Amino acid sequence: MLRLFKKSWQAGTVTTAYPKKREVPPNGFRGLPEWAQARCTRCGKCAVNCPTQAIELETSGAYWSVTAKKCIFCGYCEDACEHKAISLGSAYELAELGVGRPEGFYNKSVHIRHLDSGSCNGCEWEMVNLTGPVYDLQRLGFDFVASPKHADLLMVTGPVTRNLEKAVRKTFEAVPAPKLVVAVGTCACSGGICGRSYASSGGVDNILPVNAYIPGCPPRPQALIHGLLKAVGRQ
Amino acid sequence: MNAKETPQLPGPERFVEEVKQFLGDKVSATIPYPGEVHLEISKDDFPRLAVRMDRNWQFVLLQLLANDERESKGAFVLYYTFAQNQEKFVVVAATPVGRDSPVFTSLTPYIPAAHWYEREIRDLFGLQPKGHPDLRRVALHKDWPKNLYPMRRDFKLQTKVPRTEGQFSFKNVEGDGVMQIPVGPIHAGIIEPGHFRFSAVGENIIHVEARLFYTHRGMEKLAEGQTPEQGLLTAERICGACSLSHASSYCMALEKLSCTVIPERAQYIRTVALEMERLYNHVGDVGNICAGIGFAFGTMHGGRLKEDLFRLNEELFGSRFLRGINTPGGVRRDISLEKEKRLWNSLRVLERDFRDFVEILLNTESFLDRVIGTGILQQEIASDLHAVGPAARASGIDLDARRDQPYAAYGQISFKVPVYQEGDVLARVKVRIDEVFQSMEIIRQALEGMPKGDLKVPLQPIGAYSYALGITESARGENVHFVMGGPEGGIFRHMIRSASYCNWPIVPSTIPGNIVPDFPVINKSFELCYSCLDR
Repeated sequence: MLRLFKKSWQAGTVTTAYPKKREVPPNGFRGLPEWAQARCTRCGKCAVNCPTQAIELETSGAYWSVTAKKCIFCGYCEDACEHKAISLGSAYELAELGVGRPEGFYNKSVHIRHLDSGSCNGCEWEMVNLTGPVYDLQRLGFDFVASPKHADLLMVTGPVTRNLEKAVRKTFEAVPAPKLVVAVGTCACSGGICGRSYASSGGVDNILPVNAYIPGCPPRPQALIHGLLKAVGRQ
Repeated sequence: MNAKETPQLPGPERFVEEVKQFLGDKVSATIPYPGEVHLEISKDDFPRLAVRMDRNWQFVLLQLLANDERESKGAFVLYYTFAQNQEKFVVVAATPVGRDSPVFTSLTPYIPAAHWYEREIRDLFGLQPKGHPDLRRVALHKDWPKNLYPMRRDFKLQTKVPRTEGQFSFKNVEGDGVMQIPVGPIHAGIIEPGHFRFSAVGENIIHVEARLFYTHRGMEKLAEGQTPEQGLLTAERICGACSLSHASSYCMALEKLSCTVIPERAQYIRTVALEMERLYNHVGDVGNICAGIGFAFGTMHGGRLKEDLFRLNEELFGSRFLRGINTPGGVRRDISLEKEKRLWNSLRVLERDFRDFVEILLNTESFLDRVIGTGILQQEIASDLHAVGPAARASGIDLDARRDQPYAAYGQISFKVPVYQEGDVLARVKVRIDEVFQSMEIIRQALEGMPKGDLKVPLQPIGAYSYALGITESARGENVHFVMGGPEGGIFRHMIRSASYCNWPIVPSTIPGNIVPDFPVINKSFELCYSCLDR
């Protein structure tokens, strides 16, 4: 018992100050692609090489844009550009809002139910990290619960596979209103690499109303925290 | 078939001679790549060769897949992969199954490890394994229509498949006081989906059956026709926690297939990164097993150390899950001198911290009480069903692809493969703990031995309908990828046999005799991926 206490004492406080203090990812981080207009020759190779059609080119206006919800952060656009007009940036707080928050949703104490609709397990591992000592989600008024009946918010990972569609619908129905649905990871946001096929329905919003999207492949824990705060209206 | 001979262990060349002696001109054999023998043999002659390889020449069945080659060869072809781990080579036997008679002899009665592969082939290709003892669906669920086979070439990826009424019958136990406990597919924690059906009397489990393939995303179908670079992104996303191992297996298969020799430095960087993947998995798993028994001290310290490793991954390679490191032909990320120094220092701190942590863990009675003798995997079952990874090594099976089928820079590095005999949860924890220290040693050796040089070379063209294997040892066991080139330079077939594919059918055998609350800790001690299996 003394050794246990000593070990925890030695480890000290490891909990991050995020979101109070913003954390900058290290150099070489694979964040959202950025475009340097001055270097661009408009060859279009970046869009051709994008595996999920996340990059759009328009002849009018700004020419280049990327949809975070589709991006899998592979960096193929960066590799394809001979003029170094595209580079993977450091942006990771990429959450976007979807359909409006229902009235009467209490956002100071939110119970979350995780719902895997066919994920690769990457998003799950990051969500488990949220419950660990470093991110300690409970300090922000969120907690994971075991039953959808106890939940206010569903964090859905994966593109919704054919074999899970029924379970996804039933779990959603079991959550009492007012409730929120957050799509976690690029697969859940847009289908990602799985797209739409015999086995995948191409994103959670094809099955359920989605209130917020957290892109990432997978999103880092800080991005998840940012997305949750945004979804409940505290960011 | 049952001829009693003294076991002889032939190397690849002798093996080819022996096979020719055994079957004459009924078999054609080539050695297209070092350590990989390809055989062509008829489906009628194959079973007796398979049994001989298993019984007399001590091969293990590594993988079995079907491929729709009706357009090019006028038939489906089954590819059986066997490994000879003492002599360090693999054999792939191709046997055509005609389109008019889509039936083949089931190997399962002789080599039980074939059981799921054959059921999956029946589901996805519509080929019938004659003599298979269990012909229920495994990969397709009950609402999938009859006579529709998604891996046949004439089935298009985007096909809209209607849902039908169907039945799946679990093997239930009947009797006084026996009750059924259905669990899942959606579970109470932050974990992947799968359905378990327990038959229990009170808290004592008599039988459990798993129904999986809920997260089937059609990854193998997706790979059809992709370029090698596109296929890499699919391979990286088969599984989050074995992302790099899958990507490496895939790249190695392509490099073999196109006879591309990748730079030495790339081999060493792959080795370092693969061990980083093992480290975060094993350290995280040791903590996670504590979560299975409610030992919060272990869960929290495991979580803290795992996060340190994730951050280290991000600093070194830009991705917490080590994505984007590999490319067919080498690696995309270098390890600079500064990063190398950072890694040395981090390993030193981590080693001390982790050693301290596990010493406490292995001296805590309340922890040991729950893990000693819990969920025993019998060596015989492990060997019959070809268990892999830490699960096999904890049950006395000395098997590790890094040593048995060396790849990347493992051939130049010395390391120990820990093996325990007990087969319980504690043994599986101990294997992981020992491997953590071995991994750190491997990383140090790789950093010391790392040559200077290029990171990648262009991938050479791939021959149409030629194929090769890539094998890596992930934190869960060997990941075997079969890649066949297509007529236009893309991928024709990519079959992913993950470690979880082998170990999932084994988990239910370890449950009977335990109580229901022990199931989570037993399951966690195998730490299998659902997505790796379901694809």
